[in-house]
Amino acid sequence: MRTVIIMLAALLYALPAHAALKVFACEPEWGALATELAGDRVELYVATTGRQDPHQIQARPSLIAKARQADLLVCTGAELEIGWLPMVQRQAGNPRIQPGAPGDFQAASAVRLLEIPTVLDRANGDVHASGNPHFQTDPRNIGLVAAALAQKLAALDAPNGAFYAARARDFATRWNAAIARWAGAAAALKDQPVAVSHHSWTYLFTWLGLREVIALEPKPGVPPSSGYLAQVLATVAAQPVKMVIRAAYEDPKPSEFLAERARIPAVELPFTVGGTDEAIDLFALFDDTIARLTKALAP
Amino acid sequence: MTRRTFVPAAVLAAGSCLFLSAASAAESAEYADIKRQIAALKSDYEGRIATLEQRLAAAERTARAAEAKAAAAEAGATQAAVVAPLPAPAPAASASAFNPAISGVLMGTLGANTRNPDTQHISGFAPAPGTEFAPRGFSLGESELVFAASIDQTLTGQLVLAVAPDDTIAVEEAYVQSSSLPWGFTVKAGRFFSGIGYLNEKHAHAWDFVDAPLPYVALLGTQFGDDGVQLRWVAPTDTFLEFGAEAFRGDAFPAGNGPNHGLGAGSVFVHTGGDIGESASWLAGLSYLQTRASDRETDGDLFSGRDHLAIASLVYKWAPLGNPTVSNLVLNGEYLYDRNEGRFDGLPLRATRDGWYLQGVYQFMPRWRVGFRHDEVDAGDVPASFAGTVLDAAGHTPRRDTALLEFDTSEFARWRLQYTHDDSDARGGDAVQLNYNVTFGPHGAHRF
Repeated sequence: MRTVIIMLAALLYALPAHAALKVFACEPEWGALATELAGDRVELYVATTGRQDPHQIQARPSLIAKARQADLLVCTGAELEIGWLPMVQRQAGNPRIQPGAPGDFQAASAVRLLEIPTVLDRANGDVHASGNPHFQTDPRNIGLVAAALAQKLAALDAPNGAFYAARARDFATRWNAAIARWAGAAAALKDQPVAVSHHSWTYLFTWLGLREVIALEPKPGVPPSSGYLAQVLATVAAQPVKMVIRAAYEDPKPSEFLAERARIPAVELPFTVGGTDEAIDLFALFDDTIARLTKALAP
Repeated sequence: MTRRTFVPAAVLAAGSCLFLSAASAAESAEYADIKRQIAALKSDYEGRIATLEQRLAAAERTARAAEAKAAAAEAGATQAAVVAPLPAPAPAASASAFNPAISGVLMGTLGANTRNPDTQHISGFAPAPGTEFAPRGFSLGESELVFAASIDQTLTGQLVLAVAPDDTIAVEEAYVQSSSLPWGFTVKAGRFFSGIGYLNEKHAHAWDFVDAPLPYVALLGTQFGDDGVQLRWVAPTDTFLEFGAEAFRGDAFPAGNGPNHGLGAGSVFVHTGGDIGESASWLAGLSYLQTRASDRETDGDLFSGRDHLAIASLVYKWAPLGNPTVSNLVLNGEYLYDRNEGRFDGLPLRATRDGWYLQGVYQFMPRWRVGFRHDEVDAGDVPASFAGTVLDAAGHTPRRDTALLEFDTSEFARWRLQYTHDDSDARGGDAVQLNYNVTFGPHGAHRF
């Protein structure tokens, strides 16, 4: 009996010393960011892939099992995960990651959200009360989140604090250089009119100066009827657009329909890490996004 | 920041040097003079620091205003009229800021049934409360009001009021649940739907089909929920593994009248699940429910005794690359096995019943789904003394086949057309239902 108690005590004592911080990233971009900042000093699980619509994830058993063990959630917030994360948190029985706990990191808290609606009514479609949550499409926001996440990592895992801070400084240097490079490469995109599949590119367009003429959804989250697509065609005839853009996880049909009729390129953008085969990390995500946009503009 | 801390430090350093030299001179007048000089120096620097701080704060304010203006301009340029410029993070102005999330669920049906639903029954089963068949004409389903909120740092609470079309209000669920217990434990207390099986814990509006499968109707009274406590534990494993145990008062079917000093029902269950590659996930469960009844009344018959119910359930969900936006498939099935012993209308009864259902729902394009379900129950053999009673199935196995076509105007509103070939009793019949099922307000996330 005494041996058992001693062993248990030893185990309890030994556990925190050896265990790496377990990070549960809701979306691939935050998983990639955690890798940039923490390397292999944390144990990372990414809940969704770049080919999945982050609005439509289910509270799957595997997510509950991972959330049960997590020390830190790294999620977008701004109600993007409202359809599944609260249920995962409730079922996981893990006080470290409950809403408001130190292990509940919401990237949205570090950035300024755009398009905060003044009128909240579901008649306006799938509106997010806190503002547009797709802010990862502007790399400057990722820079802001990186600084906040590095602080959070250091707060939860003090022994590695200096390591995270050094990685964060290194990342910021490389990231700012890359932003300057991307801005240069994307200069030709400024003021170009485009159509979009879903109204999820506000931040990218604000950064690059692209102009959204029309969305292929009558309301956010409402798939287009054929009648609405006809309306879109009329709009595009009057106000020509250079391309129609969709995220990798979106139904390609509406944008291909428009591309064919209006004789413009349909561009699939990665939207997040893993959305396309090229977008293997955060740097490649924007390399690929800009390459695809500029290529579509070129011919 | 560095500069601001540097200045007082320099003052301090300079001050201490002067102080030392003054002390060594030991001339009190000179000492006082030096002290005055230091004080003057200090106040001078303090004044300068204050001025600098004020200027800095002013500069920050201007910068913030400029940023806000720029952001507002950005937002204004990119989005339509429903968008505000940056709202100041104002503190909540009134007590209503702590209002719980309130949502409503509305259901209604237009039905046609070749049988009179009021005289239909399930062969060999005493009609459990809540047993209903496809209605005729227009009918309002249950309307639900859901209130949910955090109670404090350790608890969340939920209240679900079900308003029946006959104007009675029932407390469907009212429970508090722990949110901060360590090591994977969760405790729930109050009135709630039991965690047994798969469909049982889901609210009726989240079911794929309009009605519950026959084994649920016959053996659980559609859904088993009662007053009690529940303890769950999630294992720290990568494959989801959850154990649960419950104790109930024993007022709800198949229990009745809170026997055993108000501890009339108990259950244990285990759930496990995971992913198969990127595209599929599954959840399996084994549950056991034991109930006691003391003069439980069903349609004039009285039963006292025990009931042992075991449930095996399996759910499989598939979507290409795990992205259900365009198409997805949900398969699930459950097997229920039940042993019943006691006295039915005073006569000794020992019966073994079982039932199962298997259903599949496929979304073939955004917003459109088709589904099929087969369900059946078997009342087994009853002692000869029960020949001709409600428990005598007379060799008939109640079964149904149901087809479903669903159109969703959004994730909050479902329109379902459901056709059922219904052999729940020997006469058989057909029914069609057109059903709407909507939720409004901030409605919580649903279970898997």
